[in-house]
Amino acid sequence: MGTQGDPFDAFIDAAAHALELPLDPAWRPAVKANLLVTLRQAALVSEFALPDDAEPAPVFQA
Amino acid sequence: MPTFDPSTASAAEIAGAVRNGNVLAIDVVEAALAAIRMHDPVLNAFTAVTTERAQATAAALDGRRARGGELGPLAGVPFAVKNLFDVAGLPTLAGSKINREHPPAVRDATLIERLEAAGAVLVGALNMGEYAYDFTGENVHDGPSRNPHDKSRMTGGSSGGSASAVGGRLVPLSLGSDTNGSIRVPSSLCGIFGLKPTYGRLSRARTFPFVASLDHLGPFARSVGDLALAYDAMQGHDPDDPVCVERPIEPVLPRLDDGIEELRIAVAGGYFRKGAAPEALLAVERVAAALKVEREIEIPEAARARAAAYVITATEGAALHLDRLRTRAGDFDPAVRDRLIAGAMVPATLVNKAQKFRRWYRERMLELFTQVDVILAPATPCCAPLIGQQTFVLDGVELPVRANLGIYTQPISFIGLPVVAVPVPLKPLPIGVQIIAAPWREELALKVARSLERAGIVAAPAPAQ
Repeated sequence: MGTQGDPFDAFIDAAAHALELPLDPAWRPAVKANLLVTLRQAALVSEFALPDDAEPAPVFQA
Repeated sequence: MPTFDPSTASAAEIAGAVRNGNVLAIDVVEAALAAIRMHDPVLNAFTAVTTERAQATAAALDGRRARGGELGPLAGVPFAVKNLFDVAGLPTLAGSKINREHPPAVRDATLIERLEAAGAVLVGALNMGEYAYDFTGENVHDGPSRNPHDKSRMTGGSSGGSASAVGGRLVPLSLGSDTNGSIRVPSSLCGIFGLKPTYGRLSRARTFPFVASLDHLGPFARSVGDLALAYDAMQGHDPDDPVCVERPIEPVLPRLDDGIEELRIAVAGGYFRKGAAPEALLAVERVAAALKVEREIEIPEAARARAAAYVITATEGAALHLDRLRTRAGDFDPAVRDRLIAGAMVPATLVNKAQKFRRWYRERMLELFTQVDVILAPATPCCAPLIGQQTFVLDGVELPVRANLGIYTQPISFIGLPVVAVPVPLKPLPIGVQIIAAPWREELALKVARSLERAGIVAAPAPAQ
């Protein structure tokens, strides 16, 4: 991590570029706030230990 | 010939009177249309009123009866649908500006077809939060739907118009969708009954989706009997919805008044008490006391279940709207747009973990349902907030209203459990309680709701004048 700016700002710029999403600078604070909330929720899920053979809920049926 | 007032008559009473010839379907429908003209300018529940269609449908019902034909169990019952349901001849808005440019739908959603096959009469389409990503009932394009008990307050969302129209006595029956709580939250805030059936029970064909793995449809009404009447009419497999299961129709209405003495009922503690305002806890206490329930159980990892639902919603919703975000971002409700853009940026690894947790949680909940038949929990953490209110305080923490009105509904719909939201008519505002059952046991939740209704503990209060 460098010392120039918040890495999440750089991540949002890079992700918007990769996804070809236009991002008005005025939207960035709200997008960032929402992303951080979602990542906090995801971390709460991720820290819960599950076995390697845990299956995801949707199961594809051929 | 006496005319029924849809503002007081139940769907069952209307259908009985129309079937017996005590009232004409056209008179019932005209009364509903008049109520909409009178009250909807304030409630803002409707985005379209299908006057000509409704009059033609009602006239056809009256003609059939006059020729000696049989009428269905919902004969002449006016109903309306959240505007994410396809209605032939109307663009399916899903609460958005963008979809207004869509061509009109060519065929009704399956659930509309089934209600009309039972004799009900569609009278319009209803306001909703944009693309259903909402718990408030506010819409930047159409304005907020308003709470019939206090017009300065939210309906809850995203099926806000569906709850306002029924709670405000414009129609006795409406349909909505529930991905994370969008039937149960507005039912709670508007003081009416709502049913979110088991995931896969009712067809979603020809409705605009939000989160495919979490989307449910269901009815709103002012009585348990009307919920069951509509639910029974809508059951059945539909090949047009790949999620809709091939189960036999399991009618609830004939068993609605069976005893519930044998049921093992418990109150959800822990997570479902944390953050609840006194009125939410009081409502659960009243329901539990009436049912003589003292047992409390812990739903395992409910906070994580809510978190996983949050992640799946943000990312699946973003995937649905990715192309529109690329080309029409400026035409979204900014609050919805910013959440969806953020959702598009969440790594897939985290979504996969949420889906794995989902299966683990489902298995724990199914184990829990070997010990209890029905679980009681608050539907919302508080009564209706003010329209425009951005934050509220839950358990001493200031949180955004929009994302947190569904904290008690999300862990339940996350694994598709059937729930009846019942209104406890507290003063000055009502609030709902969730009656939760195991998958495919809608009848248990409805029977408990009916028992509470007969005991006078739950009821849809009359709207403010």
